[in-house]
Amino acid sequence: MALLEVNDIHTYYGNIHALKGISLTVEKGEIVSLIGGNGAGKTTTLRTISGLITPRSGGVAFDGADISQYRAHQLVSKGIAMVPEGRGVFARLSVTENLNMGAYHRNDKDGIAEDLEKVFQIFPRLKERRTQVAGTLSGGEQQMLATGRALMSRPDLLLMDEPSMGLAPVLVEATFETIETINKEGTTILLVEQNAHMALQVADRGYVLQTGEIVLSNTAKELQRDPTVQKAYLGIE
Amino acid sequence: MSQRFKDIDYIGVVLWLFRTAIVVVVLWGTISKLFLEQGNAYTTIDWIDFLIAGLSQGSLYALIALGYTLVYGVLFMINFAHGEFFMSGTMTATIFVALPLSSSGFLDANPILGMLIIIIVAMLVSVGVALLTERVAYRPLRRAPRLVPLITAIGASFFWQYFFRGLYGSTLIPFPELQVLVGKWTVFGIEILKTRAVVMVASVIMLIGLYIFIMRTKTGTAIRAVAEDKDIAALMGIDVDRTISITFATGAAMAGAAGILYGMVFRQVHFFMGFVPGIKAFTAAVLGGIGSIPGAALGGLFLGLIEAVGPPLFLEGLGIPGAHQLKDVIAFTMLVLVLIFRPQGIVGERLAEKKA
Repeated sequence: MALLEVNDIHTYYGNIHALKGISLTVEKGEIVSLIGGNGAGKTTTLRTISGLITPRSGGVAFDGADISQYRAHQLVSKGIAMVPEGRGVFARLSVTENLNMGAYHRNDKDGIAEDLEKVFQIFPRLKERRTQVAGTLSGGEQQMLATGRALMSRPDLLLMDEPSMGLAPVLVEATFETIETINKEGTTILLVEQNAHMALQVADRGYVLQTGEIVLSNTAKELQRDPTVQKAYLGIE
Repeated sequence: MSQRFKDIDYIGVVLWLFRTAIVVVVLWGTISKLFLEQGNAYTTIDWIDFLIAGLSQGSLYALIALGYTLVYGVLFMINFAHGEFFMSGTMTATIFVALPLSSSGFLDANPILGMLIIIIVAMLVSVGVALLTERVAYRPLRRAPRLVPLITAIGASFFWQYFFRGLYGSTLIPFPELQVLVGKWTVFGIEILKTRAVVMVASVIMLIGLYIFIMRTKTGTAIRAVAEDKDIAALMGIDVDRTISITFATGAAMAGAAGILYGMVFRQVHFFMGFVPGIKAFTAAVLGGIGSIPGAALGGLFLGLIEAVGPPLFLEGLGIPGAHQLKDVIAFTMLVLVLIFRPQGIVGERLAEKKA
């Protein structure tokens, strides 16, 4: 049984039919990448899975249970965390407060303190700045904070929306290294990226989205070799 | 040269004239009061009295202003029914708790315990009314354009006013006098009415308590997170609706407590008592910078002070009779001036920055 099973979901914004029957699966321990151009429905797919939007029809099953009608705040304790698009750190809260919000649903003080140390180990920069207000961090540091904050909920499935967006090339490398590290420690990852090149390099499998539909799905290696993917998303003629 | 004349910003000039005119009037009034007037000048003691009265009134405004600022912080909505949260708890606690406790002699035998019971009942009723209003009138409109909940809030305000008028009648109801609080205390050689001293101390304790709640507790941090971004807060596992209810409840609890302190000072309650203090506290919240908790506290104190000191200092020297009747004019002139010259308030941030 797959950890996440999205079955033919249709999502609307008002009258706009944003997702036209998306189906995908993510197995435990995988990194799965969703690639596609602007407006393909990548972010909408993640927002639907995370419960911010309720699909009009179709099912989302997590760990075997249907979660399509759950609202976002109810899914965190079930084991789904999201690193939102544009990072979405709380600009006026301190770094530590941001991280503690990630652990909002938990009441195990010792476990939270332990995980805070773990996050500081992965991102020593955050430890240096822990009393600083998040709005004063650089883009790269905010990305670390958003990722660390999601890890504070001890997720089984981590949804990441464009983690490399707006980052300098060096930081993009570092971000994808972190993604691999997190995955190796046992967290399953569903990754949405415009940077298809990097996304397919770290992923086990990938899906290609176009105007609300999945047009291709395969292992990441096969997708990298696929001529249409090369042409449209990897810039290889 | 002619190009430069075309570039004159006429609105800027008018505002500059307006500002200058007000400064001149204020200075003229102040100088003639302090230096030119013969005979009925105030003594230092009188001025200290004005200051204390202002601080005591201002701390009440501050407590009520918190409710406006907290709700605005999370919903960007002016909850005009907040004055009614203040009134509902005060009237209910006065009629059902304070008067019976007073006539049975319990209140004068155990003044601290008695007042605590009265305040807690007032807070509970205010919180109940606030939660009901939020659930029934505001929550269904969460995604409506901003003008809609504003009008609903005005409607809710009228609803509660006339609901409680129907329930308790439209007469003035006396708030019982506490024997221990009759008279004055002397602090550092200054005489202070006991009720005013109690109001100030109680308000400061509550303001500090609220600040710690918002800044140091998990729930308080969640309120600040919801104020910044509701979707992201939900992704953290924060129940946004519940957190908004807690925000309303917190503001209403402060208002309920403020209402009993108000009753102690003014010794009477009635169904319309929430209107003027509500509008004044809203003014205080805007003065301080709406959305900011220290701003609400500072704005409240500032408004109270200017109301008490302003008429004798600025207006009497101009030969205006009955200057004290004009304290509301001063209060609302301050509001207009702040909106014109410093829209972000004393400590507030510019709205544009807030959205960034």
